[in-house]
Amino acid sequence: MSAPGVPAAAALAGTAAVQDGGGVQLAGALDAARLALLRDLKLAFRKRGQLVQPLAFFALVTMLFPLGLSPELSRLREIAPGVLWVAALLASLLALEFLFRDDAYDGTLEQYALSGQSLTALMFAKTAAHWLLTGLPLALVAPLAALSLGAPLAALGGIVASVAVGSVALSLIGSIGAALTLGMKRSGALLSLLTLPLSLPVLIYGARATQLAMSGATPLAPLELLGALAVLGVTLAPIAAAAAVRISLE
Amino acid sequence: MLDERLEVENLHLWRGERHVLRGVRFALGSGSCLEVTGPNGSGKTSLLRTLCGLIYPEEGRVLWKGEDVRRDLSAFHARLAYLGHEPPLKADLSARENLRYWIGIRRRLAAADLDAALARVGAGAWCERLVRTLSAGQRRRVALAGLALLIVPLWILDEPTTNLDAEGQQLVGSLISEQLGRGGLVIAAVHRALPGTVRDVHRLELPP
Repeated sequence: MSAPGVPAAAALAGTAAVQDGGGVQLAGALDAARLALLRDLKLAFRKRGQLVQPLAFFALVTMLFPLGLSPELSRLREIAPGVLWVAALLASLLALEFLFRDDAYDGTLEQYALSGQSLTALMFAKTAAHWLLTGLPLALVAPLAALSLGAPLAALGGIVASVAVGSVALSLIGSIGAALTLGMKRSGALLSLLTLPLSLPVLIYGARATQLAMSGATPLAPLELLGALAVLGVTLAPIAAAAAVRISLE
Repeated sequence: MLDERLEVENLHLWRGERHVLRGVRFALGSGSCLEVTGPNGSGKTSLLRTLCGLIYPEEGRVLWKGEDVRRDLSAFHARLAYLGHEPPLKADLSARENLRYWIGIRRRLAAADLDAALARVGAGAWCERLVRTLSAGQRRRVALAGLALLIVPLWILDEPTTNLDAEGQQLVGSLISEQLGRGGLVIAAVHRALPGTVRDVHRLELPP
């Protein structure tokens, strides 16, 4: 009677394998991504300096214009959308350098790449943390900057929305550049050269949305285009960043 | 007992102009340990990273249970633990937090497992301290706790005893012995032979 014996043996082997593993349950992709995100948030709050730097830069640059140019509201309003968005773009660039640098240095990226989890999901989690730590605060500070440039109160909603959505796209585009420049020393200049041209659409639609909001029109059309860019970034950028990280580890 | 097998066929690796690995081949079965030795710059770390699949060799294959690991790299990665030169720890997290995130990304962790692993490596008293305040030997111990927590069949270790005191070296020996006893495989790049408690050791000497 060998036929019934076979499944019994297989079942035995199965339990043995589980015991060998010490009953270890592997973490799902979602758990892994959640932990990667939480780790970055926790680390950021342990070193607040890096957190404040881009924000302070953004606030300062936008406040310098009224001082340097003229306090005349009509003139300020004319340049406000451009100033706001160029400052936001540069501030987000400033924060990009920190995105993967520490992780590459201390071997965390290596462990991510060897974790058996999807590196794309982990990169997405890291970029999401980066947006929560830089893009979102930027959107929250934007009203202050806008007011100092003479934006009417009614425009603030549209401005916050445009910076919030636009910065998602900026974080994602930036994650590709940051991952590509990982192996290099003094990567700052190259990072800007790679990232800025790709960020131009965000700058154009973002400034347009801000302009429309300030003139009292609805900024919906450019906002939707910004949203489309952000969605495109969500779907493609983590894949590209993961590939670039793998190359940097070689 | 696990029944695993790692085979390496004719591995050739170039780094720029240098021919680092020149036809490395070996096979390792369950319960065996391979010590990789050789002078500095002989390619020990490159070999380990190639085995992990981090580096693509110009020629040759790595087979896990007879299958090329390139065919499903992430499944292979789920079966291996790699410890490099430096423990992969965040200076601004405590030892315990580090393990929670590093290991938690790979497997579900109960607090009791964490405590047991930390106690095992003698970290019970200082596991809540930030890693930046720990000595190099203490960091190495935290990394060893992580290794023990992963519970995977293949360990690839780059100089696992660096910075450890005599007792720490014994700890590495007993962790490796346990891994081999479970039917696991260990590949370690070393300068000195691993502590004596390790049995069934094979050696691979890389030429300079």
